[in-house]
Amino acid sequence: MRLLRSFIAYGVIVQLGLVTSVWLQGCAGQPSEPNVLLAGNGTEPAALDPHLVSGVSEHRILSALFEGLATMDPGSLEPEPAAASRWEISDGGLVYRFYLDPDARWSDGTPVKAEDFVYAWRRMLTPALGAEYAYMLHCLAGARDFNEGRAADFSAVGARALSDDVLEVRLEHPTPYFLRMQSHFAWYPVKREAIEASGRMDDRNNPWARPGTLVSNGPFRLAVWQPNDQIRVERNPFYRRADKVRLNAIVFYPVDNQQTEERLFRAGLLDMTSTIPRHKIPVYRQRMPDRLQSHPYLGTYFYRFNVTRPPLDDPRVRRALVMALDRRELVDHVLKGGETPADRLVPDGMADYQPPAGIPFDPESARRLLSEAGYPGGKGMRELDLLFNTSEAHRLIAEAAQRMWRETLGVRVVLRNQDWKVYLASMDTLDYDIARSSWIADVPDAVNFLECFLTGVGNNRTGWSSPEYDRLIRDAYKEPDAAFRMKLLARAEELLLEAAPIAPVYFYRWTFLMNPAVRGLVPNPLGFICWADLWLERGESAP
Amino acid sequence: MIRYVLKRVAELVPVLWAVITIAFFLARLAPGGPFDAERKAPPEALRQIEAYYKLDQPLWKQYASYLGGVVRGDFGPSFRKPGRTVTEWILLRLPVSLELGIYGLCVALVLGLAGGLAAALRPDSILDRTLNFASLLGICLPAFLLGPLLVLVFSLWLGWLPVAGWSTPAHKVLPSLTLGALYAAYLARLTRGSMLEVLGQDFIRAARARGLSEARVALVHALPGAMVPVSAFLGPAIAGLFTGSFVVETIFFIPGLGREFVEAAFNRDYTMVIGTVVVYAALVAALNLAADLVTAWLDPRIRLE
Amino acid sequence: MIRGGTTATRAKRHAAMLAAVAGVCVLGPWIWPYAPDAQDTLLGASAPSWRHWLGTDLLGRDLLARLMEGGRVSIGVGLAATAVSLVIGVAWGTIAGYAGGRTDRLMMRLVDVLYALPFTVFVIVLTVVFGRSLLLLFVAIGAVEWLTMARIVRAQTLSLKQSPFVEAVVLMGLSPLRILYRHVVPNLLGPVIVYATLTVPRVMLLEAFMSFLGLGVQPPMSSWGTLIRDGVEVMEEFPWLLLSPAVIFAMTLYSLNALGDALRDLLDPSEGGR
Repeated sequence: MRLLRSFIAYGVIVQLGLVTSVWLQGCAGQPSEPNVLLAGNGTEPAALDPHLVSGVSEHRILSALFEGLATMDPGSLEPEPAAASRWEISDGGLVYRFYLDPDARWSDGTPVKAEDFVYAWRRMLTPALGAEYAYMLHCLAGARDFNEGRAADFSAVGARALSDDVLEVRLEHPTPYFLRMQSHFAWYPVKREAIEASGRMDDRNNPWARPGTLVSNGPFRLAVWQPNDQIRVERNPFYRRADKVRLNAIVFYPVDNQQTEERLFRAGLLDMTSTIPRHKIPVYRQRMPDRLQSHPYLGTYFYRFNVTRPPLDDPRVRRALVMALDRRELVDHVLKGGETPADRLVPDGMADYQPPAGIPFDPESARRLLSEAGYPGGKGMRELDLLFNTSEAHRLIAEAAQRMWRETLGVRVVLRNQDWKVYLASMDTLDYDIARSSWIADVPDAVNFLECFLTGVGNNRTGWSSPEYDRLIRDAYKEPDAAFRMKLLARAEELLLEAAPIAPVYFYRWTFLMNPAVRGLVPNPLGFICWADLWLERGESAP
Repeated sequence: MIRYVLKRVAELVPVLWAVITIAFFLARLAPGGPFDAERKAPPEALRQIEAYYKLDQPLWKQYASYLGGVVRGDFGPSFRKPGRTVTEWILLRLPVSLELGIYGLCVALVLGLAGGLAAALRPDSILDRTLNFASLLGICLPAFLLGPLLVLVFSLWLGWLPVAGWSTPAHKVLPSLTLGALYAAYLARLTRGSMLEVLGQDFIRAARARGLSEARVALVHALPGAMVPVSAFLGPAIAGLFTGSFVVETIFFIPGLGREFVEAAFNRDYTMVIGTVVVYAALVAALNLAADLVTAWLDPRIRLE
Repeated sequence: MIRGGTTATRAKRHAAMLAAVAGVCVLGPWIWPYAPDAQDTLLGASAPSWRHWLGTDLLGRDLLARLMEGGRVSIGVGLAATAVSLVIGVAWGTIAGYAGGRTDRLMMRLVDVLYALPFTVFVIVLTVVFGRSLLLLFVAIGAVEWLTMARIVRAQTLSLKQSPFVEAVVLMGLSPLRILYRHVVPNLLGPVIVYATLTVPRVMLLEAFMSFLGLGVQPPMSSWGTLIRDGVEVMEEFPWLLLSPAVIFAMTLYSLNALGDALRDLLDPSEGGR
């Protein structure tokens, strides 16, 4: 009996030891493949069909899989040839003729044709598909009528294949950023046969965009998609510049928890992250500055005022609230991420744009304005609520702003936090006094920010309306002279800041972690990564 | 026995119907819809999307057609993630959550039973007090605190185990520990208490009087009886393990159903929310049934009606 | 921690410890010079010092003041939700146990069915749907926790019903409600108190879990759960922001559990006062 027992005990110990050693061997991590980039990518992409997505995480993956007619030089953001090797612009910027690169191939080896772009845009604009980003294509002549069901005939839309490799595009009005827009996924081509082999063209649930059936024309092709685990793209041998692509593959990990993503990076299991927990920025800046990437970014964080509710219907009250916000202190002592304090809406670095004077931090004038409005020292003013969506950073900023308004103006503000969808619903129904908000550029042009505040537009969400402002923006749409167009836009922003339906807080930075072994990344204010240009030099910089 | 099981399964049908109904209407009551976004889509696009998903029909019609789908085993398309059906998502993600739950259960059973037994055999010893303290502590630490602490110590400082992921066995150690710890603590306390109670009974004294060794008395004679309250606790515990994995899945980046459910709830992906809730309900019910059967098998006094 | 002594002294010590924690939290605003929302952004997160005994958080707010505020919220949530579960559970259990027969079977069957629902999942759906009012959090959590209470109370009622003194009052012709209210419920007190003591820490843990999801109490209010969640995120840079909330939270839960155990030992003579 005793013998048996000790025998069993011995057996258990040996077994445990074996299991443990196998585990520990496993811990050494998977053998890292050569030339495979491991990238954290935020949330799980909703889909990889370029016509059905809208988020940043999808954009990053799609920009590795597809390419549009033109791309941007990541440094200067000037348009560069991509699927089209050259183009001619005529008729005062209204007609573009694109000549496709004869080497442009789909990942199944077939040539990319002008008709593929026409097909893609037709699908994007087909009302039944309900593509959320279809409005980006509304600059095509007649596209809006087709998209909104007023015209059923696509041939009236300004996109025509003159031959297999010549595409002619007619625009509704001159759009100076039209070429830059081509690197956005809304404009990517898709292959008709690939889509229609899996289902109807206008069916949202057509399952074509998966490994095996997704055909793309970019530097990489989709190899693996394990939802919430990884998306692996591999070098596309048929890519027109396949010889220039140096990475064999990229694995995108949808790590939605920032803390976990940072830990994975620290353990060497990610080469780059999509973001970084805010409090880690000073730590990396001090201890591992070569791993911290922080670049200006075309995005603005601001508060909206609900101008339909007193006392916020008075521009003096709104401007007083803006002037009382010490944005320098917010950036330096609360955020600590190196952001720039904002005194206007359109961020720096917008091509050719001369911004108007902003709204400064000026507690004296703020108090004076508030008195003029009839609320000296905040007396007689009701309590305002400040709405924001659940997030640590939004909460810290809101708490600091709350204190600044109380101390400087005697205005009492209560915080109201809601989860994302409830927050959006509250903003849409104007059920708030002050609401946190932000805008990130889709295209590097001032109009992209300013058109949000046109009367009655979905993104306005403040109730603010100014016929003068609307006229300036609509004039800018039609204005062929680039310099004068910029003047119109700057005048519009000046109007916006005078009325102050928003309080600018800060301009974003593009901050993330990257292993120094990753080479070839050119920082730019759009956060746009040219995956084909990256390469890895491992070994040199082992941690 | 078989009749009993069939009866319990039949009882499940109205329960699941109630769950679907409650989940369906609760989800629709929530403010905000699946297609609200910061960049507001044009009204025409929204109208088309809603028509596609039949969201423009009267609510009772949507409910009826949804129920009809469920009867045929079709949970509908995911609203937020076009291209895959809810059933497909669940089949992809559920096995991972089940695996995690099973490992968590193993941790809970092994640590909990062993700890509880050891403590009961030497009541009031140093070992007992230490285990008692440890188990009380286990009940007090939320998983979102325990998980990152374990990662900090075992992955980042000692470098023994991976920080996150779900591929090799090594990846599964810390998540299983984090998930199982709370239930291990509960089980240890339960086992200790019920062992002590059984050990105080007459038939145990009789066994000791026959000169059997203390270990034999404890393991062979006392243990089965002591397991009755433990197995009764197992039902709810397992349910908790399988439905409470969200925190662990998030911290350790595990592609399980818990993360999917919470994400869907926040995104108002109606079909996905209802689908996951129904799957969870069925799972918990099945596990409860299993736990009841085990209890009845252990305790001859309980008769299955 | 607290060791040795008879069960009664153990219970007293844990009760005293809980009273001390609760007392400090409630009296906080009068005894501690810092307000929980007084910011000092220039100071930022600072380690424990003479001025700030437990240090300050990212906005330079005194952590001790915030802990006291968080304690008021957490303990409040714990007590209120337990009270909700107590009311529902005791009412349900006594009625089922006292009525017996079909009513009993039906009511307990419903409890069994509800047991089979994934309640964490429902709490999440509920809070998402109805937004985050503190009141709703109580009700949702209380609604989850009453089932076990109902089972315990029913079992107790069944055995009480058979006891001679209840049979005696039935013979005296009192109305059933009156019997329940006057004679049954008071005699349930022991086990109910024990179970309630054990429910409070479970509720506090659930509240912490909700905080992790961002569904807990709203800022600027904070609970221990939200403080721990925030502390976990910065535990490597500012460990004191995690340490004191975690320790006070674990200590309180520990004492509640230990107190519940001790009370059970005291009230249940079969196990004796070990």
